[in-house]
Amino acid sequence: MTVTSPPAPAGVVPTGRRRPAGRRATRVNAGQSRYGYLFVSGYTLLLIAFGLLPTLYAVYLAFTRNGAFVGVDNFVRVFNDYRFLPAVAHVALYVLFWLVSLIVFVVILAIVVHGIRVRWLGNSARFLFYIPGAIAGASSVLLWLFVLDPTVSPVSGLLHAMGYESLVNVVAVGNLPVVFTVIAFWAGAGGWIVIMYGALNNISTDVMEAARIDGASHVQTAWHIQLPMLAKWISYMGIMSLAAGTQLFVEPKILAQATKNVVPEDYSLNQLAYLYAFRQNDFSGSAAISITLLVVALGLSTVFIFRGKLFERD
Amino acid sequence: MSQPMSPRRRSVRFLSVAAAAAAGLLALSGCSTSDTGGGDSTYGFTQAEQVADSEITVWVDASREPAVTAFEKAHPDIKISYETYDGSAGGSGSFQSKIALMDQAGEGWPDVVFSTQQNDAIWASKPTAGGEQGFAAPLNKGFLDQDFLDGFAAGSLDYATIDGTVYGLRNDLAQTVFYYNQKLLDEFGYDVPTTWEEYAELGDKLAAEHPGYILGSMGDSFMTYVYYGGSESPVFQSPEAGVFHSDTSDEHAQKISKIIDGMLANGTLVQDSFFSADFAAKYADKLVGVPGPVWYTGAIFQGGLAVPAGQIGVAPPLKWADGDVAAGNVGGGQWYASSHSKNLAAVKTFLEFVTSADEFQVDASSGYPAYTDAATKWLAKQAEAGYFVNDDFQTVMSDAATEVWDGWNVTSWSPETAWAKVVIPGIAAGETVESLLPAWQKELENEATVNGYTVK
Repeated sequence: MTVTSPPAPAGVVPTGRRRPAGRRATRVNAGQSRYGYLFVSGYTLLLIAFGLLPTLYAVYLAFTRNGAFVGVDNFVRVFNDYRFLPAVAHVALYVLFWLVSLIVFVVILAIVVHGIRVRWLGNSARFLFYIPGAIAGASSVLLWLFVLDPTVSPVSGLLHAMGYESLVNVVAVGNLPVVFTVIAFWAGAGGWIVIMYGALNNISTDVMEAARIDGASHVQTAWHIQLPMLAKWISYMGIMSLAAGTQLFVEPKILAQATKNVVPEDYSLNQLAYLYAFRQNDFSGSAAISITLLVVALGLSTVFIFRGKLFERD
Repeated sequence: MSQPMSPRRRSVRFLSVAAAAAAGLLALSGCSTSDTGGGDSTYGFTQAEQVADSEITVWVDASREPAVTAFEKAHPDIKISYETYDGSAGGSGSFQSKIALMDQAGEGWPDVVFSTQQNDAIWASKPTAGGEQGFAAPLNKGFLDQDFLDGFAAGSLDYATIDGTVYGLRNDLAQTVFYYNQKLLDEFGYDVPTTWEEYAELGDKLAAEHPGYILGSMGDSFMTYVYYGGSESPVFQSPEAGVFHSDTSDEHAQKISKIIDGMLANGTLVQDSFFSADFAAKYADKLVGVPGPVWYTGAIFQGGLAVPAGQIGVAPPLKWADGDVAAGNVGGGQWYASSHSKNLAAVKTFLEFVTSADEFQVDASSGYPAYTDAATKWLAKQAEAGYFVNDDFQTVMSDAATEVWDGWNVTSWSPETAWAKVVIPGIAAGETVESLLPAWQKELENEATVNGYTVK
């Protein structure tokens, strides 16, 4: 399995159509469809080489040990590891915090920004939201290291007021789901706000005008019209973020390094898989964790897909 | 997805092209066999094919960069490139994880690696998961001259020696001693403590009479060696290969934990890391005394805290009032050579240079050299500079080197991670070390189990 920073999809192929309202797709001719293949071929090749084949290799590793078939032994060994259940709990809590905050705040912020009538203000707000997303995964964590350390933080006053005197206090294991949520939200939400904004623009002005004429307030419009019409996009965001969230790795890895393991090096499942592979030389155990992670992420994504009606056409 | 007109033939052709391309990609990126000629095994390992004058790659931590710079100056004819990494500090295991990746890839190994940890020979000497030759090259089977190896302080190569084969060269010795600030002691009218009990009493007096002054810090995970190794607490023992033993309920472990708790409570032990951004600003003129390894000389007193000459003294390591003198050991890095190197001649020159040449060990290294000739010169240099207040600091330091407690062992993982995971956040949250001892022991035993050790 690949170990990637959050924004990358994990074995989940984006299935949402780019233009939900399009009806033109039915008039595609042979020439256009040839170009269609051309456009997806690059992605498909890379997906096979770096997504599908490694996954199959991981499946092979997970059920074998030194080349011999061992059934579910690797899974049993990994599940009995004293670090496994805490790691599951850590990741689950983080994903919960992150998904909820992402869905709630991204939708609210997108609707608010969309509602801003002053053109330059709306544009600047979107731009501002988007900027942090331009900082790549690992470097954004480094940046947060400084923000979170009360001895050097620009917001040290706030941290002291919350009772934190040192970095060790701030990154106590109990605080980590919130810390990682804040980091991930800061880096990832902007991009989603821009996407949601685009989706809001796609809602027909006729519908919005009708609502206004009927006397719907902003809140009513948002609740009864914009939200239901955004449902697919929210599911899409949920799937992508879930896949990235369960793969939590870069943030705890860098914090572990920076705090000399006060943030434990076995905090998340991917870190545990990493330790198995590269510290214990146990690639089979590592593969077992990865496959488990894949199965869970696929299962949860399925829920999002069907609940969010992602595969249904308008 | 709507794809109304998609001739089946075309998709079949497309799929076969895609499959062929994927196969090509695989062949390009796939595992190539590591058969590169060579094969000479006179040095106790199978050499790679040697390429004369090829560039060697060296991994060092930031503190060892001067070693590379000094080498480049002394040997401009040898091509060398270096990368800095964390040196596996804090038991991060970076060295091992990176090498495991390269073992898997079958290429890309560095030629020389410096590690701050003592335990790397345990894994680096073993064959890889794929059954290939381990990373670390045996050094005493003909690769390095025995005369040169004999130049290291007695016992200093033990950590990296497995079944009589030496796999790593010790950079510096790291026995603990007790450092004190004579100026502050005179000002306050205190004596230098010689026992752990006196250390605790000094803490009580200092806290009562001169609050704000300190006797050390618990903010770094290597304090586990200073306070538990140095107090003969049987917390981290491997009496035989593959066996682990830890007993935090032992009398020494209990006593030292109570002392630490008392001093944390009265503020004479702080929780800031010695290497944190503002340690120097907060405590440079507040550190009255501290037990610590001899490399504190350069790394803490002359470096971070920049204490001028003529203030600091060195006393023997603290002991129990009813016990013998015993020193802890805090690291003292190791240099490893790669068994896959394509330029062993240059590697040999480099290893001999960084461990024994004056240009690094005497002039630029912060620690107490493990190579005896260099150590003598390093001590003479400190004496000449008049850095320490006591004239006998040379004998204090060299005696302590022979008094390192043998009840603290190395295993394939680092004792620092459990301390960092359990104790540091625990005391930061206001718990006592004594109350954390069972959890700490449990974590150590769990780590032992997942690393394949039997807990006894």
